[in-house]
Amino acid sequence: MIRFAGDSGDGMQITGNQFTDTTAKVGNDLATFPDFPSEIRAPAGTRAGVSGFQIRFSSTDIYTAGDIPDVLVAMNAAALVVNYKDVAPGGIIIANTGNFTERDLQKAKLTTNPLEDGTLDGYRVIAIDINARVTEALAGSPLTSKDVLRCKNFYVLGLMYWLYSRPIEPTLEWLAAKFAKKPDLADANRTALRAGYNSGDIHEVFQGRYEVVPVENALAGTYRNIMGNHAVALGLVAGAELAQLKLFLGSYPITPATDILQHLAELKEFGVITCQMEDEIAGICTAIGASYAGMLGCTTTSGPGLALKTEAMGLAIMTELPLVIVDVQRAGPSTGLPTKVEQADLLQSLFGRNSDAPLPIIACATPADAFDCAVEACRIAVEYMTPVILLSDNYIANGAEPWRLPEMDKLPRFPAAHITDPAGYAPYTRDAKLARPWAVPGTPGLEHRIGGLEKEHITGNVSHNPENHQLMSELRRDKVLGVRDTIPTPEVSGPGEADLLVVGWGSTYGAIRSGTERLRREQNVSVAHLHLRHLWPLPYGLDEIFARYKRILVPELNMGQLSRLLQGEYPDRRFLHFGKVKGKPFTAREIREQITAVLGGKS
Amino acid sequence: MSAVQLTPKDLKSDQEVRWCPGCGDYAILNATQAVLAEIGVPREKMAIISGIGCSSRFPYYMGCYGFHSIHGRAAAIATGTKTANPDLSVWVVTGDGDAMSIGGNHLIHTMRRNVDLKILMFNNQIYGLTKGQYSPTSPAGQKTKTSPYGSVDLPFNPINLALGAGATFVARTVDTNPKHIKSTLLAAAAHKGVAFVEIWQNCVIFNDGAWKDWSTKDARAERTIDLQPGQPLIFGKDNEKGLRITGGEVEVVAAADADVWDPTTAAPLAYIMAYLDEREDLPHALGIFRQQTKPTYDGAVKEQVERLTVKKGKGDLQKLIYTKDAWQVG
Repeated sequence: MIRFAGDSGDGMQITGNQFTDTTAKVGNDLATFPDFPSEIRAPAGTRAGVSGFQIRFSSTDIYTAGDIPDVLVAMNAAALVVNYKDVAPGGIIIANTGNFTERDLQKAKLTTNPLEDGTLDGYRVIAIDINARVTEALAGSPLTSKDVLRCKNFYVLGLMYWLYSRPIEPTLEWLAAKFAKKPDLADANRTALRAGYNSGDIHEVFQGRYEVVPVENALAGTYRNIMGNHAVALGLVAGAELAQLKLFLGSYPITPATDILQHLAELKEFGVITCQMEDEIAGICTAIGASYAGMLGCTTTSGPGLALKTEAMGLAIMTELPLVIVDVQRAGPSTGLPTKVEQADLLQSLFGRNSDAPLPIIACATPADAFDCAVEACRIAVEYMTPVILLSDNYIANGAEPWRLPEMDKLPRFPAAHITDPAGYAPYTRDAKLARPWAVPGTPGLEHRIGGLEKEHITGNVSHNPENHQLMSELRRDKVLGVRDTIPTPEVSGPGEADLLVVGWGSTYGAIRSGTERLRREQNVSVAHLHLRHLWPLPYGLDEIFARYKRILVPELNMGQLSRLLQGEYPDRRFLHFGKVKGKPFTAREIREQITAVLGGKS
Repeated sequence: MSAVQLTPKDLKSDQEVRWCPGCGDYAILNATQAVLAEIGVPREKMAIISGIGCSSRFPYYMGCYGFHSIHGRAAAIATGTKTANPDLSVWVVTGDGDAMSIGGNHLIHTMRRNVDLKILMFNNQIYGLTKGQYSPTSPAGQKTKTSPYGSVDLPFNPINLALGAGATFVARTVDTNPKHIKSTLLAAAAHKGVAFVEIWQNCVIFNDGAWKDWSTKDARAERTIDLQPGQPLIFGKDNEKGLRITGGEVEVVAAADADVWDPTTAAPLAYIMAYLDEREDLPHALGIFRQQTKPTYDGAVKEQVERLTVKKGKGDLQKLIYTKDAWQVG
């Protein structure tokens, strides 16, 4: 569902009609709802003058949730303020910043700019000065500057065609016919259309919307909408606070993780330090350097960046420093599909380092869950003195859902201990969790050396002793496995024994949960759902759960990663992989169909 | 301020030093320990961060905090440490392969940002730890294990690279002159901002004598010139010769007619001094090429955090997450 909104004179109806015609030509079902202003000649830029056009379309007959726009195009401040509340949480708002001047805000009866004052938290805002872009694109056109600006609706149309992978040719032909006698106007509109289409690449707009699982009995509390990347940023700040540390983020811009860096860069008053570094490697290395100095080091990236950080992760494992690495997965390999979703970095996270280099891995399920998972990643990093990978993905990062807000003072604390007592200090002694002491430069009497060379047990001196390397390798493994002692066995949703258990991780949670619930409710299918937040180490008690189901299905947005991990860990069970790598999330319907196929004997 | 009294011995660790006998690193280690004892910083506030290579073993031999990291990344790790705690005196020890090849990107960006780090780059024009391959500073034509018919690579001039990257302190010294190492490192320590110090260092095993045409006592007098702030550009066994720069060209003149060296100038004189390396007929420059004052990265980061904390008040997470559009259920 897209809604175009602007001034009556902005040509929103033409834009909408063109999009409709082209969409019909590519074979989608559609419904449109032109929404003209009641006062045809209402003053330009005012709320009363807003004109809209709404189009709803779909490639299948899948149930869609009501008449809620996924995309709002707001050509000015008034158009935004009249329409934004209708947009689905996590929806896209494209705003023409050229019409958000002081004067435009006044005409729309606004005291602050809604693009800047937090009004649009929970939406994906794409702010483009369309007036300027169109003026640039049409530099040299014989049209007057006023007529040039009237081409901006075709710029918007071009952007929408890119977003929904629609051809621009039908509109090019229409323009040629419509303005056959005004070739300058036809040319200008064609140029604006192409400029808008090309801008889609530049803005790397992510298509698709997070599918919110309907909650029938929502828990009491205070809620707000939150997007996944924002939730990660807030969770990291919360995690640092609960650890009584200051947060340090070393990062490098990469789609779709950049928002986390941008959010944290705003939070200076929390003592958060953000360093936008020269590359991915410097991002993680500054974070390691900051953890060495006593802060909670963190780095954020997506798959290709995670690959670049590999060697430094090994250093953090060897020096046993706390570190949180956030990987917002995207479709790959290589540059792949930067704006599309996939969950195919699980095995890279587990094994993508030289030698035996274990670290804990957790994955968030939904945008709101990303907050809790970021806190959990901080807890594990600090309590176990280890790097931790937090896996999110494009679907969570750019999706929004209602978030039941935590009471900060009720969250469990896990204060970090920077030791200060030189008595008996040695860098590689260990506590009950096998964590080594955190001695920070600046502390008198604890001067010591660490590094990437193998360390002697207790003293931390460089050691090439064969027995010591065996011992230290086992200690590193056992320390990470020990995280199991502080994580719960996940609860199965559905019957404790059944014909089928569907095991998932990450952002497939919503589709699997709705799919399995609906099959139980409507068709009495014997199926249950197990969601895994901790991917390494795996929690205790899984084998006992697996034993109670006749078959186990593992849907994943990859070619078989969790299924392979589980098959290796629980060789006596059989795990059926169900994969999809189309750059799109599972729908609940796909999950239902696969379950039905598996239970019907066709897998 | 109560001056911290240390001796070079306080800066030694209990670890046995394991460089090859005769390695130039020993002289640099001794001079560095002497310098760090003199700068008035307590031992616990010093951190030595290194990458990979012979030189990068340095932290193990120092009695302060030390971090022997991974190949090429010392400057990035040190940037994190210094930014996290600007109170620390953070020194990076690296070599020509570590800093200029695998770590080249971090090096130039660290210098451009003016992070308050002291970077000591031991330049022996060879990969020593991997036993003798050409490095990014090896002269063209040099025969090594990986260039048996002569290297076809053209080398970096480290001083030019540092100047071009915007380092605010750029200097060069040589392992055969401990006094000069000390005075150079003292000036680097006193500089607020990034200090890049190239140290000509002899690898006795894989590239012995690489610097001998300039580094022996006699050669130094005739074939090098020491750039010191406010001092005339003079050289020669009896300091009888001088340099004068006219219209971008350098000429040898009598000592009395020599120019006086000013490393703070915005004029491109430091580049001209680096370019002397390419002249057979002129002395090569040691000493301080550039010494300028600019805001430091770590200082600016800290200032922003402090300023915004005063302006907005200390962050309250509860307030941050409970936005005005939140709603109640139940």
